[in-house]
Amino acid sequence: MRELTYSEAIREALVEEMRRDANVFLMGEDVGTFGGVWGVSHGMLDEFGPERVRDTPISEIAIVGAGLGAAMMGMRPVVEIMFGDFLMCAGDQIVNQVAKARFMSGGKADVPLTIRVTSGAPGSAAAQHSQSPESWFMNIPGIKIVAPALPADAKGLLKTAIRGEDPVLFFEHKMLYAEKGPVPDDADFTVPFGVASVVREGVDVTVVGVGNMVLKALKAAAQLAEQGIRVEVIDPRTLVPLDKETLIRSVQKTSRVVIAHEAHLRSGPAAEIAAVLAEEAIEYLDGPIVRVGAKNVPLPYSPILEQFVLPDVSDIVAAVASFWKR
Amino acid sequence: MPRTTIDLPYQVEHISILDEDGNLDHDLEPDLSEEFLLRLHRYMLLGRRFDERMLKLQRQGRIGTFAPIQGQEASQLGSVAALRDSDWMAPAFRESAAQLWRGQSMESFLLYYGGYFRGGEIPEGIRNLPVAIPVGTQILHAVGLGYAIKVHGQDDVAMVFFGDGATSEGDFHEAVNNAGVFKTPTIFVCQNNQYAISIPRSHQTQAKTLAQKALAYGVPGIQTDGNDILAVYVAAIEAVERARAGEGPTLIENVTYRLSVHTTADDPTRYRDEEEVAVWEKREPISRFQRYLKDKGMLTDNAITALEDEIKDEIAEAVDKAEERMETLKDEAITMFDHLYAERPAYLEEQRQAFAAHWEKA
Ligand SMILES: Cc1ncc(C[n+]2csc(CCOP(=O)(O)OP(=O)(O)O)c2C)c(N)n1
Repeated sequence: MRELTYSEAIREALVEEMRRDANVFLMGEDVGTFGGVWGVSHGMLDEFGPERVRDTPISEIAIVGAGLGAAMMGMRPVVEIMFGDFLMCAGDQIVNQVAKARFMSGGKADVPLTIRVTSGAPGSAAAQHSQSPESWFMNIPGIKIVAPALPADAKGLLKTAIRGEDPVLFFEHKMLYAEKGPVPDDADFTVPFGVASVVREGVDVTVVGVGNMVLKALKAAAQLAEQGIRVEVIDPRTLVPLDKETLIRSVQKTSRVVIAHEAHLRSGPAAEIAAVLAEEAIEYLDGPIVRVGAKNVPLPYSPILEQFVLPDVSDIVAAVASFWKR
Repeated sequence: MPRTTIDLPYQVEHISILDEDGNLDHDLEPDLSEEFLLRLHRYMLLGRRFDERMLKLQRQGRIGTFAPIQGQEASQLGSVAALRDSDWMAPAFRESAAQLWRGQSMESFLLYYGGYFRGGEIPEGIRNLPVAIPVGTQILHAVGLGYAIKVHGQDDVAMVFFGDGATSEGDFHEAVNNAGVFKTPTIFVCQNNQYAISIPRSHQTQAKTLAQKALAYGVPGIQTDGNDILAVYVAAIEAVERARAGEGPTLIENVTYRLSVHTTADDPTRYRDEEEVAVWEKREPISRFQRYLKDKGMLTDNAITALEDEIKDEIAEAVDKAEERMETLKDEAITMFDHLYAERPAYLEEQRQAFAAHWEKA
């Protein structure tokens, strides 16, 4: 299969869906002429024109709010928020409006709105440009939360988001944009929500990775394999809905679990995953559920300190090794 | 009943005193001392040269990303020059010249962009807020600063800077409206540098001016040639005097141009052409002001050369000092755990200790 970068895979999904359905359009800050500050929509203005690849004034709440309005009219807007940190500038629209429109309209309003947003630390971007806000929204009923790690999943999940009738927060990790992987060129290739992917099979320890931590977990697994530890790596792909069955099946096999994400440790996505496993699979576990995440301090600007605050391959390796040190 | 036109309390004026060809409007020319004018000139040049130096340091990997100010020296310095030390200033992220004028050191910028927490510390007695990265957020803070000043019965003012793009955020509108209602001594300074990353001013709003946005909130708005430091100063001092007298806020739009990159991570050739930049190079604020000072007999080419040398040395010294200081500040890294709450909570202790051990080893 041909290889694409994560960024190219996302662009391909957007382009294919926009060709397929005239109701799909892209809107956000610097998405047109500039091609997006992350380069994802590069060249799309030329093909689709400024009505369908719309540069907007700087107002996140206006972007999301107008997206909701257009979605309720039957369009399928994809809106881009440049940094996850600025989701809060659109906070009321996301939390009180987008997520509740169907509920408060007695089930009438379809909300086929996709909010594409970047998350994670791109390297020395400091406290207000580096956050991983996935779990901030996991407590909000009514919105789906997607965090692909691999290019193929990014493409397939984005298409599912665009074709679906519910609002989706689609998190793209900035450090993944340049990562390559095989991506199907079938225009109808989609990846369903709520189905985790077993990225690497193993029998000794389950490592659940969120977003870019999937790649780090794979690196950790390769290192641990040299010591004879067979790690199973699971990518939930969608945090809401969460595929409990695949997670439980894996820990039934391994009896040990590490959950890794780049969000701060406290109340990150791992808190929910750990709670589910504690409630529904505790009898299979031989030891504590171990979490790996960023330290509970804002991301520092200094690259050296940032490295310390962020979780890395070595943290996953140490977490796995801890099972044999108890 | 006939349709009638509603009289608004304000009209939008544009001020230009010293134009790009060096023409001077003698009636509008402010009466400023030679010493003050030369000080403005010095800081314009310092702002420009320091910016150029930082750009080189960034390219060499010695500091991180920052937002250059080139072309916006008059817009910044003419504004803060109307303040006194006890007034407050809230920058966005592109105001280094204004911050230098207000007493922050070059060294502190280098530390900040070098990743040292100390660089973020505002020295005792200097009433500047830290930079604000999420666009427009600081505009609201200036309403609160002004409100506190007012409630305390003082006659200080709060001046806040932001860009043309920021006027699209609700924050801007909510801030100007509240300042109008509360009648706070707030000066809103919009540096309209024509771009918000790649988005030109014409795509940011259909409004003819940004200054007129104040009128909707019952607040006066004025536009200046933001590359004319005399015009900028006159608009600022009038707004400051009104605010001090308890007459409330003003919005000033300084029409200027970002000659350099948006930030060091930007490539402007993707969204604007060289010809446009060349037009604005001609309107650039420093040479225009130098010509004015020379005409007044306050400045000579020799004096400029001497000043350039002096500034070069000052910057070199600041870079050396900052880099030396960086060596001594390494152990302050641990303060990232201390600067989160007034009292360090127990749960952070474990991570703090892990860091201490890690730092010891590294
Ligand atoms: C809330 C928010 N949205 C988006 C951004 C990304 N961003 C950084 S600067 C900028 C443009 C700001 O333009 P303007 O207000 O005109 O100021 P300038 O950079 O031109 O000085 C954008 C969109 C941000 N920092 N904060």
